[in-house]
Amino acid sequence: MAMNRIIVITSGKGGVGKTTCTANLGMALAKAGKRVVVIDADFGLRNLDLLLGLENRIVYTALDVLAGECRLDQALVKDKRQPNLALLPAAQNRSKESITPEQMKKLVRALTKAYNFVLIDSPAGIEMGFRNAIAAAREAIIVTTPEISAVRDADRVIGLLEANDIKAMRLIINRLKPSMVEAEQMMSVKDVQDILAVPLLGVIPDDEQVVVSTNNGEPLILSKDLSKAGTAVSNIARRLQGEKVPLMDLSVPKENFFKKLRQLFN
Amino acid sequence: MISDFLERLFGSREPVSRDTAKQRLRFVLAHDRSDISPQNLEKLRKEILEVVSRYVELDFDSLEFSLESDQRMTALMANLPIRRVRTNPLEPDSPVEEKQEPSLDLEESIDLDEVVEEASETADIPQD
Repeated sequence: MAMNRIIVITSGKGGVGKTTCTANLGMALAKAGKRVVVIDADFGLRNLDLLLGLENRIVYTALDVLAGECRLDQALVKDKRQPNLALLPAAQNRSKESITPEQMKKLVRALTKAYNFVLIDSPAGIEMGFRNAIAAAREAIIVTTPEISAVRDADRVIGLLEANDIKAMRLIINRLKPSMVEAEQMMSVKDVQDILAVPLLGVIPDDEQVVVSTNNGEPLILSKDLSKAGTAVSNIARRLQGEKVPLMDLSVPKENFFKKLRQLFN
Repeated sequence: MISDFLERLFGSREPVSRDTAKQRLRFVLAHDRSDISPQNLEKLRKEILEVVSRYVELDFDSLEFSLESDQRMTALMANLPIRRVRTNPLEPDSPVEEKQEPSLDLEESIDLDEVVEEASETADIPQD
């Protein structure tokens, strides 16, 4: 098995939870004692810094490193809560074309010398930013939600990853609503898996705590009592390290007869 | 009233959108994955029907021709009901007897530009 893992987190469609997954997975792997660097590959629309609560500590970005204005280690923002985790920020005032796939490879190659896991947070879309993000990756995590548009875009991205020789792909299904699946008003995990035909890495249930943790810049993984989504991400991090962890039981607890009866009179 | 009560007690059966989503996805992915343009697909369809029609008479009203996708494998699915088998196959150049749609040609049809111009003349656009 390879010493260093270089993994791109991508989805095609925007807003399905790529950056949230990257932030939490990075934090979970760091908690497990791995040395982790997360790279924001979304030049011009960076957000990974916000989700990690590191936005006020950015001095240099990846572009400054490439321009020779600072050393790579100077641009890395080390997380004070979890010293195993570092962020390589993207430039916010530049476009996706301001960096090339070759330059991205150069950065990643240098980072693998000091880190066990390099997680690359890809921008939405399949253009230059996406191509930069996948250029150095050896594995890919595809994030989707059980929605028709997200699955379609994920399928497109899977095709592009295959064409770029990234064959180690795994799927995260995010924001699953178990009650809707049970009512057959949402595609199930199996439905999505059958369509995309990529091995499943995990399922994250829809969870309001995600919004709260985003507001606070505190990844879910850091809270003492893990919420359902937090547990799901923690399981995903363990699977990523080769552990066999069964999928969480997401079935809806059966409402009892009397509770239903009571609801009738409300 | 009673049925309403029972429905609320046991839950009613709404039409499920899950199956619709799956079906629509399967169709759209078959096209996305094959990367074949609608024009070429139509050309392919015409040519295949032409070849088949030389040997058998097809029921053009009920034939199906589509791309389908399963497990990342795209397949061309054709369901071509046969009316009768031709005892003497036709020669390659003979025409296929498919019902023709009324042809709509840009040049022959009404001049849309004129219509638009007329409309914009009557429109009252205030000018400063």
